[in-house]
Amino acid sequence: MPRLEALRGQLERLGAAASSQVWRLGYASRFLGYLVLHSGTALRRFRLTVAEIYFAGVLSLVIILVSGLFVGMVLGLQGYETLQRFGASESLGVLVALSLVRELGPVVAGLLFASRAGSAITAEIGLMKATEQLSAMEMMAVDPVARVVAPRFWGGVISMPLLAALFSAMGVFGGYLVGVQLIGVDPGAFWSQMQAAVDVRNDILNGVYKSVVFGIAVTWIAVFEGYDAVPTAEGVSRATTRTVVTSSLAILALDFVMTALMFTGTEK
Amino acid sequence: MNRSAIDLWVGVFVVIGFVALIFLALRVGNLASFSAGQTYQIQAKFSNIGGLKVRGPVKSAGVVVGRVVDIRFDNETYEAVVLMDIEQSYQFPRDTTAKILTSGILGEQYIGLEAGGDAKMLATGERLRLTQSAVVLENLISQFLFNKAAEEKPAAK
Amino acid sequence: MPEHPIVEIRNVSFGYDPARPVLRDIDLAIARGSVVGIMGQSGCGKTTLLRVIMGALAPTRGEARVLGHATRSLDRDGLYAMRRKMGMLFQFGALFTDLSVFENVAFPMREHGRLPEELVHDLVMLKLQAVGLRGAAHLRPTELSGGMARRVALARSIALDPHLILYDEPFTGLDPISFGVIVRLIRELNDSLGATSVIVTHDVQEALGVVDYVHFMADGRVIAQGTPDDIRASPHPFVNQFVNGRPDGPVPFHYPAPEYGADLAAA
Repeated sequence: MPRLEALRGQLERLGAAASSQVWRLGYASRFLGYLVLHSGTALRRFRLTVAEIYFAGVLSLVIILVSGLFVGMVLGLQGYETLQRFGASESLGVLVALSLVRELGPVVAGLLFASRAGSAITAEIGLMKATEQLSAMEMMAVDPVARVVAPRFWGGVISMPLLAALFSAMGVFGGYLVGVQLIGVDPGAFWSQMQAAVDVRNDILNGVYKSVVFGIAVTWIAVFEGYDAVPTAEGVSRATTRTVVTSSLAILALDFVMTALMFTGTEK
Repeated sequence: MNRSAIDLWVGVFVVIGFVALIFLALRVGNLASFSAGQTYQIQAKFSNIGGLKVRGPVKSAGVVVGRVVDIRFDNETYEAVVLMDIEQSYQFPRDTTAKILTSGILGEQYIGLEAGGDAKMLATGERLRLTQSAVVLENLISQFLFNKAAEEKPAAK
Repeated sequence: MPEHPIVEIRNVSFGYDPARPVLRDIDLAIARGSVVGIMGQSGCGKTTLLRVIMGALAPTRGEARVLGHATRSLDRDGLYAMRRKMGMLFQFGALFTDLSVFENVAFPMREHGRLPEELVHDLVMLKLQAVGLRGAAHLRPTELSGGMARRVALARSIALDPHLILYDEPFTGLDPISFGVIVRLIRELNDSLGATSVIVTHDVQEALGVVDYVHFMADGRVIAQGTPDDIRASPHPFVNQFVNGRPDGPVPFHYPAPEYGADLAAA
């Protein structure tokens, strides 16, 4: 029965693909462990890490700040549109702030970081591999993971929470601009209700935890895909695409898990 | 881009990142409003706390004087036990009444304290004797219907 | 077999896949102070052999002894200690694109020594002078031509005065002038440093002019070895075809195909 054979072939391929992904995850985990253990150079020669914070964080500032502003402004518009139907337009500040601090700040900033900085890191490391720069380093008895990969990893991990905070702050400002300045919601109500509803420990700190976790996930994926890339032009390009796709999926999945852990079940 | 320029920009970046975090904590969140001042804890029992939540405010004369820190259930008296932290600078008499009130019509619920006249003040761990529970909508409606029915009966006769 | 060879390959076999060995039973030794060529067709295993000598690959059978140590017995630290006495020139230079020429050459010095910056500066200038590029110290790798990049990479590989210098296809894609420069440098540096050089290449005529000894490889084995004159006069048909650049011989011109007539008749 040819149909059955074809089906069986499909299933076999699926199983092989799944098990190879699991194997790859294990390999990536060992890589992360090795990287963390050999982070001594990145920390002792902090200059290297500082340079990477520049490339990952500072160069992402424009896109983060502008996007944050726009997202906040849209939240202001949409939020007002919906809230004023229930006569609750004074709660606009609460809506904007909680949406940003709990979810949109870490998640959207994480997605933007993955596509801007994550892909750049993957491309850079992949290209160094393709042009034998990593092998040359190995030949000069310098561990490329310690010298090239670790500073980029820590640079990304340090940059991400700061970028998420900046995104949220800009977003709140954007919501304020639209809600108070443009539409005319009372500024007193806007800020006071927001301050009453947003809790530092439960909301802001949880958002910070999320952004730290996302930073680790995205940067880990970015450095691994770069280091593991096939050393050709096509291989690097595919690795870069994989970084963006895998990071985005990881962020969304982790967001669900963390939200479920942090934000449900706090009602008493 | 030479080394010192990179250092400068990274420094600026880290600084504004932290400023954003502080802005969020102070201006957006409630860090500033809840001071790290000294507090003392008192409790009150209610037959129904309605929609009161932990972290809800405790107000007297409309001013926030403390926060709800824990809500428990007493399995023997089948009542809700609410623990609240009151700021040290506000002392209340032992016969103070605690009521569960709603801010606005559909707003959040909070505890309102009405001071009594006792000379002795509440100390840490003590319990408020006089409480008024939350208004539960269903009870209100059934009460209304019952009264309506009682009015109709003489008319029907 | 030379006495106290700097590199000894004894019965080395290697394959990424055990069913398909890339190196079969290689036996060779490299004498100190000599310039040795390892030549052959693309895919004959010469680059793999270089990797074995480098310690990047461990032989699946046999032993590779480099600078007195069996590479397989070395742990990571031992391997790095061995490599500090070696220099390698990669095919296209493999310069670090985010560093300048000066910083590229200074890299091994800064990573391994606690030398004061003035000393590093002077040493870098020395190495660049040896390859004739002292004036280019401030340039970036993207601003260099292929030949210049390779010379800078050469300066970098001799930064720590190695005992053994490995060259992976150093003549590929060079114009005649740059080629002449590289040939001169290989010989000069080897003699002035008192080092040993191993050149892996398929550029026969060019290499035969610079090496002292040749190991000729085909299909994972060493099929001929000797001085350049020995190789030029070798009776081995494959060596003969290779050295003289004949288009047809043991390596056929036509890729295996069915009967010509049969292909034409298909209409």
